[in-house]
Amino acid sequence: MFDDFFIRALVAGIGVAFVTGPLGCFVVWRRLSYFGDTLAHSALLGVTIAYSFELNIAVSVFIISSVIALILIQLQKKTNLPGDALLGLLAHSSLAVGLVVIGFLTFIRFDIMGLLFGDILAVTTDDLLIIWVGGGLILLVLKLIWKPLFASTVNYELAEAEGLNPDRAKAIFTILMAAIIAISIKMVGLLLITGMLIIPAAMARNISDNPRKMIIFSIIGGLLSVIIGLFSSLEFNSPSGPSIITASLILFILSLLKIKQSIHLKN
Amino acid sequence: MSIDKNILVKLKDAGFRQNDKWLVKGVSLVVEKGKIVTLIGPNGSGKSTTAKIALGIYKKIDGEVEKYTNKVGYVPQKVSIDWTLPLRVSDFMVLTENLKDEAINEALSLTGVEHLKNKNLGNLSGGEFQRVLLARAISKKPELLVLDEPVQGVDFTGEIALYELIKKISEELNCGILLISHDLHTVMSATDHVVCLNGHVCCSGSPIDVAKNKEYKVLFGEQASQTLSIYEHRHDHVHSHEGDIKKN
Repeated sequence: MFDDFFIRALVAGIGVAFVTGPLGCFVVWRRLSYFGDTLAHSALLGVTIAYSFELNIAVSVFIISSVIALILIQLQKKTNLPGDALLGLLAHSSLAVGLVVIGFLTFIRFDIMGLLFGDILAVTTDDLLIIWVGGGLILLVLKLIWKPLFASTVNYELAEAEGLNPDRAKAIFTILMAAIIAISIKMVGLLLITGMLIIPAAMARNISDNPRKMIIFSIIGGLLSVIIGLFSSLEFNSPSGPSIITASLILFILSLLKIKQSIHLKN
Repeated sequence: MSIDKNILVKLKDAGFRQNDKWLVKGVSLVVEKGKIVTLIGPNGSGKSTTAKIALGIYKKIDGEVEKYTNKVGYVPQKVSIDWTLPLRVSDFMVLTENLKDEAINEALSLTGVEHLKNKNLGNLSGGEFQRVLLARAISKKPELLVLDEPVQGVDFTGEIALYELIKKISEELNCGILLISHDLHTVMSATDHVVCLNGHVCCSGSPIDVAKNKEYKVLFGEQASQTLSIYEHRHDHVHSHEGDIKKN
């Protein structure tokens, strides 16, 4: 059944969308889109290391992204630079170092475009396993830390005062971010992963009045984007990542109609 | 370590420093079951900071804080809900603890906002939001309630009703309350123990003791002495009825 590359891509994309839906909502709520970008850029370094030492790409990316996240937390504690400058510093330097390393690896032929923008032809049966098992684990952990994570997203001090340990939830969430980037990099490409996280969530915000609904709509939006994007990728021979993101953009624009309507009703 | 089972939280010479500036220093206080302790003081005197030390929100503190309960309800001074997060009152009520629907309704009706249950938090007025904050804090039947200016923005009649409710809750649940308030009149009538702050503890004791204190008068100036005179007048009045006329 998974012999056909397109079916594999579809199954992979659907798996990714189930995870980016809820995680993306938290990225929007906690204002972490630039943080997601930074982790995604650092993924290039992870990929080059995977090639150099013949490691699994997802595992290597997960490790490197987690390390970059840890470095960021340390830098935030020890320097006075503002958060966005630190994020920019790490995002671009890890991207640059990754590209330099690629330059040295002349013995391997790299598909840079595939890395940056996703390549549905590259999805293997092993990748499917990583996406569905890894994705299932991510959702399970997210469910376990839901209460403290959500409460501290609304108000950190309330969560801390009422004994929910928000710092631990935040640290675990950072690891989940690294994990989703690791499992979705082949599908969407490292430049567009953050788009997959935030655009369906932003679309969902426009049509939701409570957090649960927003997460459900975010998942549905992601699923539709993947399905529409992949079919158009097949039809027009466009790269998979940009096609998926474009589809999600169209859904977002449609959701604006709804929000316009509700503002109109209020007036 | 204290063995007194009534003690919920105890600060011993506690202080907190941020960017090499003391926000508050040398605070000692005890909140016991069924007692209301009120913090008063001018803006920037460290009232909210003291509350956050007691709650364990600030961790790198000077001195000691001992907390003997984890059942805490907190009304922060300021809560802003971002537009990106759609949140109804009913979602907010179960933020830190899962509650049955009846418990949610009961708490909301106690603070007079049951009709707002399905409203979006972003659409509430300041006073309505404050009532929801208080309802959320009491709905989990906490042992310790920390209320940082709980009635700000609430209309006058509502203010009196909410303070009465706070007093009732402390009796019914036998919970300890750490209250921050600007309303000196309420402080004088509803509180067991007053701590007057101005970066450090100016004076503390029963409301009467504090009202008599010189530093308190210096700190609060004209307006306070007016409030105070109402209080003293009442005080004198009671005494004169008993035929025991004594001028302070």
